[in-house]
Amino acid sequence: MPSPRAGLFVTCLVDLMRPSVGFAAARLIEAAGCTVVVPDRQTCCGQPAYNSGDRATTKTLALQTIRAFTDCDYVVVPSGSCAAMLKVHFPHLFASEPDLETEARAFAAKVHELCTFLTNICPIGKVPGRYSGRVTYHDSCSGLRELGIKSAPRRLLSTVDGLQLTEMPEAEACCGFGGLFAEKYANISNAILTRKTDNAATVDADLILAGDLGCLMNMAGKLTRNGHPLACRHVAEILAGELTDPPIGHATVATP
Amino acid sequence: MKLDTAHFPANAAAALANPRLQSALAKLPGGLVAQRRAAVAAVPEFEALREEARAIRDATLSDLANHLEAFEAKATAMGSHVHWAVDAAEARLKISDVCRSANARLVIKGKSMVTEEIGLNAHLEGNGIDVVESDLGEYIIQKRGEAPSHIIAPAIHLTEADVEADFRSYHTHLNPDRTLGTPESLVAEARAVLRQKFLTADVGITGANFLISETGSSIIVTNEGNGDLTQILPRVHIVVATIDKVVPTLDQAITLLRVLARSATGQDMTAYTTIATGPRRADDLDGPSECHIVLIDNGRTEMLSSGMREALRCIRCGACMNHCPVYNAIGGHAYGWVYPGPIGAVLTPALLGITETSHLPNASTFCGSCETVCPVKIPLVSLMRSWRDRAHDQGPRTRTARLWSGTWAYAATRPALYHLLARFGIAIASAFGRRKGHFRTLPFPRGWLKHRDLPAPQGRTFQQLWKETERGVPR
Ligand code: SF4
Repeated sequence: MPSPRAGLFVTCLVDLMRPSVGFAAARLIEAAGCTVVVPDRQTCCGQPAYNSGDRATTKTLALQTIRAFTDCDYVVVPSGSCAAMLKVHFPHLFASEPDLETEARAFAAKVHELCTFLTNICPIGKVPGRYSGRVTYHDSCSGLRELGIKSAPRRLLSTVDGLQLTEMPEAEACCGFGGLFAEKYANISNAILTRKTDNAATVDADLILAGDLGCLMNMAGKLTRNGHPLACRHVAEILAGELTDPPIGHATVATP
Repeated sequence: MKLDTAHFPANAAAALANPRLQSALAKLPGGLVAQRRAAVAAVPEFEALREEARAIRDATLSDLANHLEAFEAKATAMGSHVHWAVDAAEARLKISDVCRSANARLVIKGKSMVTEEIGLNAHLEGNGIDVVESDLGEYIIQKRGEAPSHIIAPAIHLTEADVEADFRSYHTHLNPDRTLGTPESLVAEARAVLRQKFLTADVGITGANFLISETGSSIIVTNEGNGDLTQILPRVHIVVATIDKVVPTLDQAITLLRVLARSATGQDMTAYTTIATGPRRADDLDGPSECHIVLIDNGRTEMLSSGMREALRCIRCGACMNHCPVYNAIGGHAYGWVYPGPIGAVLTPALLGITETSHLPNASTFCGSCETVCPVKIPLVSLMRSWRDRAHDQGPRTRTARLWSGTWAYAATRPALYHLLARFGIAIASAFGRRKGHFRTLPFPRGWLKHRDLPAPQGRTFQQLWKETERGVPR
């Protein structure tokens, strides 16, 4: 039987900011027995438009995404928030257009967030990554509350040799990112973020992991601004052992 | 109440810079939030109860006119006078008319958000009637000339020290050397002062948590017992409620009360649940001799048909704001009107229009915590997003915002162009940012960079690298 075709929905942030997360995801999906394809007709899931009230652009982007993945058995997304957009919100967008709605629903059924995919859909067993250190995990809002992602990343992390996971207080609390919110209401965002990084700093860990690059860039930006040694990585990097690149927001070589 | 939603950013900034407010807000997670968590954990069927509560509210709202008529008929049969008011102005007038015909000089009030909504106190005072709030929190903020900052805990923005200082300056007839350091002593003092008011008030005004069609009754829940005294002692009792408060049966109201108390304060039941049905009957020991019920629409009928119906399921428990990271950061006053937090961000635009209030549904991370705790499962995030849709369609947005989002949308919907632009943009950005790994100063995004660094991109886009890898180029 040929291995299933898994389309990687890269997400715009991973594409632009941190391709290493995309390669980590691809390696993990391959290790789970799939053939990875990366359609180049994908750009962004459309949340920036969707959450600022631009329905027309959102729908164009949704259709573009849906049709980019027609020849895939699965669509795997290294982000809870983008996965929720594809899986939960795309079908709602076409509520008054039955044909498109059917198409969006069929697409949504194929969509899985990376960690959920590796635990429930194509179980990977033991992951290739090794990490000797202590980590703590931030549950990003959309993944947690719209897709119920809670145990999957933790189960996968428990198979990483050498890794120790310590839970931070209020792990499920928002980090204050919220897409454009972080820019438009910067000081409120900062108050929420400060509480988040303060909570993370109370545990004995050297890395914050999460499944969403948006939240990670938000937290990493705060930590580097404060000169705090705690660093941030996408959970896929640890699971896949993709650690050549420095943590998010850190320099390749130590600056003097 | 004065609308100040247009200044939301400035109000929020002031709230963030107010250490007194911040120390009061810091008590929320360990207070109402923790109390709710414990209460919900103790009821294994809580999820089923939420679903039941949602269904009760939905069914009622889909046949609201009939349930209201049934309520009116039964309440009238039980001796109450039912008045209808289309909007706030008519409601104020009807209420002051009742007060005038009762020759009222002093009105005592129970806690009621709708009277805040219609600006009742100022109107009565303008008509020469003294108004005294009898709920401790409301009493405190009335004295301060403030609006409530939370729908069930109106003075949550204050600390005990604030209240002690206030009481010392208001209650000048009391011994200045008295000890007043504990919540108990503050409550005792307010109670002693208020007791006199209960006995002399001509009219008692309460809200209603629910109105029961089958019995013609109103229900209020309190923890201080002030509501009971407000509706029993004065000669005239006026119930003020919006039309969405109606519930067909007493049984259904009990289900709603079970989720209400747990969601609000983490109690199984509030200390007092008071059902009032008409004026005092011949063999009653006490009660008012006249009972009026003022039913207010003020925008609700329009909400029923405007895609905002789900917001009318609200039973005003306050859980959505207690669990909201934005509310926790800035408190209730920054929202600039009567209803703060996620429900306020949905309700305020519905009642006052989106043009002046568009900050409210926009100032959310859409974290969804509110939805997970709402006892009647209101999809608060979807409703806020729907306001963003309407605000987007109506403008006004700044030219820069339009330019940015327009350019982004143009490129994002043209993948080949997008990947090309991305490639160049990222190459340039990373050339500047790679050495440090992040940016500290840039012309934009200004808000972001004010508080945190912007991580620099790794150098090339994933799409570009993936294509190269497929062609055998090592990364
Ligand atoms: S919206 Fe829901 S959580 Fe918020 S006050 Fe109303 S009932 Fe309570």
